Amino acid sequence: MKLEQVIEIVNAKVICGSVKANNIERGFCSDLMSDVLTIDTDKLLIITGLANVQAIRTAEMADVNCILLVRNKKATADMIKVAEENNMIIMETSFSMFHVAGKLYEAGLKPVY
Amino acid sequence: MIKLNYTIEGGDFSRAGYASSQVKKNLKQLGVDQKIIKNIVVALYEAEVNIVAHAQKGNIEVLISPTGVKMIVSDQGPGIVDVGQAMQVGFSTASEKVRQMGFGAGMGLPNIKRNVDRLDIETKVGKGTTLTMIKDF
Repeated sequence: MKLEQVIEIVNAKVICGSVKANNIERGFCSDLMSDVLTIDTDKLLIITGLANVQAIRTAEMADVNCILLVRNKKATADMIKVAEENNMIIMETSFSMFHVAGKLYEAGLKPVY
Repeated sequence: MIKLNYTIEGGDFSRAGYASSQVKKNLKQLGVDQKIIKNIVVALYEAEVNIVAHAQKGNIEVLISPTGVKMIVSDQGPGIVDVGQAMQVGFSTASEKVRQMGFGAGMGLPNIKRNVDRLDIETKVGKGTTLTMIKDF
């Protein structure tokens, strides 16, 4: 799925990073970063309500470059700095995690398991 | 042999992950396989977060040789009362603050073990803990 599609479906705002030509295949919802660190999947979108720098560090270690913040959580300056250093994309949406997961699943985004 | 050394401050979550990030950049530059880099930095990051979450301070030493990586992560902290229990998924002594940072669900040590070829834990209650992790290339 193209990231542009994700943005349209969940009415997301891009905070940093270049969305163009970025594709994702699977999505994973978690506020627990240790769970994210157990995943070994490429082209992954992390959907989280955890708006602190550890969400970005976790994505960095897990080789994930797209993060969608849900529940109207806002990316902090720290998060944006680390994300920009690592060419990552941060997006924000006001929808709940359940809403976002449902809509993206319906549109064809696959789960990790 | 390349040697990297980092001092980690306990409680400073804004910096947690900085050392692991630096190690990742070094391994990338050396052309190490991406999957192996991920194993190494996930284990190291969990260990780094453990220092920040539980200890007053700690140290990370990473030795990179042509055949693999040895990581020695030591802290001045509370130590682990029961290592067997700490290795079980779901067992945690983390504070509410740590949980708010997205950790503290009792997955750190099991995650570390899964990602390295060898993990040794030396710990003394009231003194601190040293993890020695080895990952072959």
